[in-house]
Amino acid sequence: MNDLPEQKETTLSFEKIKKDILRPMQNHKGLELWIAFLVTVISVCAWAYYVQLRDGLGVTGMRDYVSWGLYIANFVFFVAVSLVGMLISSILGLLRIDWITPISRIAEIIAVAFVAVAGLVIIMDMGRPDRVVNVLIHGRFQSPILWDITVVTTYLTISLLLLILPMIPDLAICKNELKKASPFLKRLYNLLSFGYINTPSQYKHLHKMIRTLMVLIVPVGLAIHTVTSWLFAATLRNGWDTTIFGPYFVAGAFVAGSAGLIVAMYFFRVSYKLKDYITDVQFDNMGKLMVAVCLVYLYFNLNEFLVPGYKMKTGDDVHLTELFAGHWAIMFWSSQLLGNVIPIMLLVTKKFRKPFPIMVISLFILAGAWIKRYVIVIPTLLHPHLPIQNVPQNFVHYYPTAIEISVTVLSFALALLIITVLSKIFPVVPICEIAEQKGIEVKIEA
Amino acid sequence: MKEETSNNSRRKFLKSVGITVSAAGVVSGFSLLGAAKAAAQEPGETVNLLTQDGQLVQVDKNQLRPTVTGPLTELQKRGREGIAGKSFVMVIDLSKCRNARKCMVACQNHHQLRPDQHHINVLQMQDAEHTAPYFMPKPCQHCDNPPCTKVCPVDATFKRQDGIVLIDNERCIGCRFCIAACPYSARIFQWTEPKDAEKYKNLTYNIEANVPQKKGTVSKCLFSADRLRENKLPSCVSSCPNGVYYFGDQNEDAVTNGTTHETVRFSKLIEENAGYTLMPELGTKPRVYYLPPKNRAFKFNGDLLNEENLH
Repeated sequence: MNDLPEQKETTLSFEKIKKDILRPMQNHKGLELWIAFLVTVISVCAWAYYVQLRDGLGVTGMRDYVSWGLYIANFVFFVAVSLVGMLISSILGLLRIDWITPISRIAEIIAVAFVAVAGLVIIMDMGRPDRVVNVLIHGRFQSPILWDITVVTTYLTISLLLLILPMIPDLAICKNELKKASPFLKRLYNLLSFGYINTPSQYKHLHKMIRTLMVLIVPVGLAIHTVTSWLFAATLRNGWDTTIFGPYFVAGAFVAGSAGLIVAMYFFRVSYKLKDYITDVQFDNMGKLMVAVCLVYLYFNLNEFLVPGYKMKTGDDVHLTELFAGHWAIMFWSSQLLGNVIPIMLLVTKKFRKPFPIMVISLFILAGAWIKRYVIVIPTLLHPHLPIQNVPQNFVHYYPTAIEISVTVLSFALALLIITVLSKIFPVVPICEIAEQKGIEVKIEA
Repeated sequence: MKEETSNNSRRKFLKSVGITVSAAGVVSGFSLLGAAKAAAQEPGETVNLLTQDGQLVQVDKNQLRPTVTGPLTELQKRGREGIAGKSFVMVIDLSKCRNARKCMVACQNHHQLRPDQHHINVLQMQDAEHTAPYFMPKPCQHCDNPPCTKVCPVDATFKRQDGIVLIDNERCIGCRFCIAACPYSARIFQWTEPKDAEKYKNLTYNIEANVPQKKGTVSKCLFSADRLRENKLPSCVSSCPNGVYYFGDQNEDAVTNGTTHETVRFSKLIEENAGYTLMPELGTKPRVYYLPPKNRAFKFNGDLLNEENLH
């Protein structure tokens, strides 16, 4: 007797979830303007890359000593942010932590976008991008670059699968509901929903596959950032020649990735009007997670700088003095304080874990994380073992040029464009998983 | 100036050899089918061919085979193999170096480099605050455990059997990992169009001199591997006016001074003068040895970085 009204209510709720989540995909003027803006930015900045292709890397601020600059710092940053996919949807997912359900797809979209652009950034940094196939023809597996290419492509593949597979039920809904979608999208939904109608056997197989991938991506995710750190740690240079770079980079990546996710969550919540799904609970918990990963990162920073700083070995001494109190001090301390120490102090308080304050704090963490990568890459190259002499003044310093900055903007705009497009054609919040979690029956018509 | 002229004539020579060999190739290619048929009837008939090192040789027509052109040119192939039986070493006597920089100029002329690009760089060193400063020429150390070749993703930089570390700028992808990996800062990058790129653009790539240089690729000291093939000393060694450099073959235990042309025992030179290698703690095992700057052939006049103190 009591069953009837409840049943009615739940049917309505499922309809409401569908409507809420599918709405921004159908009609969102701001989003289209934003895409147009990004495309414009990309086209303008693509010209800068063309100039670089035409005239050589000499148009950048890099020279023989600082031979890796802004681009490599960006690469490390992109890889770092992309690790959030593995942290949220795999580690926390495998632990069956339920508050991540509404944000796991956003995490996966960020992972796909950032790791894809990371791969492009490496090509943008190459002196001879026309010879990129040499890596396949003459590839030497002894080189960490080959390991990096392997793990970046593997991570991109698994992340794409982890984006698409859990989305299959939602895409079946899209196929049925989004009547006004373009023919291309209709075909895409039809193709990627694989005829899913939520039968128990389909459900079982799908979830088995997803769990397998979640396990698989953990070592791949660790590998991608560890190998990225080895590009530096495999050399004999002061500041890079350290054994903790692997876990240090992974810890830093969790910080940067979580911050990226929080910022994205906030914008989707506001712009897509998803307050009922991405709630204060998610922000509060992400805040706590952020404190945890920041503390781990702080611990690694302590080890990375206090131990050599205590000894001040020849070579390290110049490098560390420049970081702590010299030319790099402002960047170094701002990355440590704004990107790590102060956020920990703020986020232990509940009121700073509310959506808006934590989003602002996360922006600072992201900026700090980016500066940190810059400070990891460039100062080391300016402090080689032997003195820098008999070269022009611009070899002794490094200042990125307008071209380099434009290409950097290009890569960021590209990452944002991928995120925007993915969130425009796919539901950013998992419809079926939310319904399931709320105990609502999922109905998918054939 | 002299260096430039000899360089030019060498270039012309290389060019003419290239033309002759290819011409010979075309001629033999045309006659090859006929020759193969005729071979049985006319045994012992020979043709004249010019080899790449400039020797005119007679070859029996029966021995002629069509050339197989692989992904590597002949120069690249022999450049990758190196000179069999050799193990090249360099000894730099720091007590003699007075910063004449003739080595740097000769090197830049040989390898088509700009004045700010150094395969060899004379550094002004001071090991500790109160120790006497000295000049230290720094070429590539041609390490036996080279950190640079390890990290190359495409085998563009490699170590060959005679100990020399080379770079193939037709394969290099410009990732600059080797530059990051080299603790001696011995590598440079062609950030823009190299010097005189237009002038040299039709020259066949000589991997042993890494010329012509190419935009977007790495370049480095090669111990003048092309000159070694002609039994000449490296450009820097023979251009030094002060007797700083010794160069030779470790297998023969003999090194020759580039200025005095005196040949001495390598092991004895190192032993008697307390020879050492740069930063041995890094485990790179350099092939460049240094003799300490004691009993210097000249006096310092205070500040080393002052132009007036350069001799």
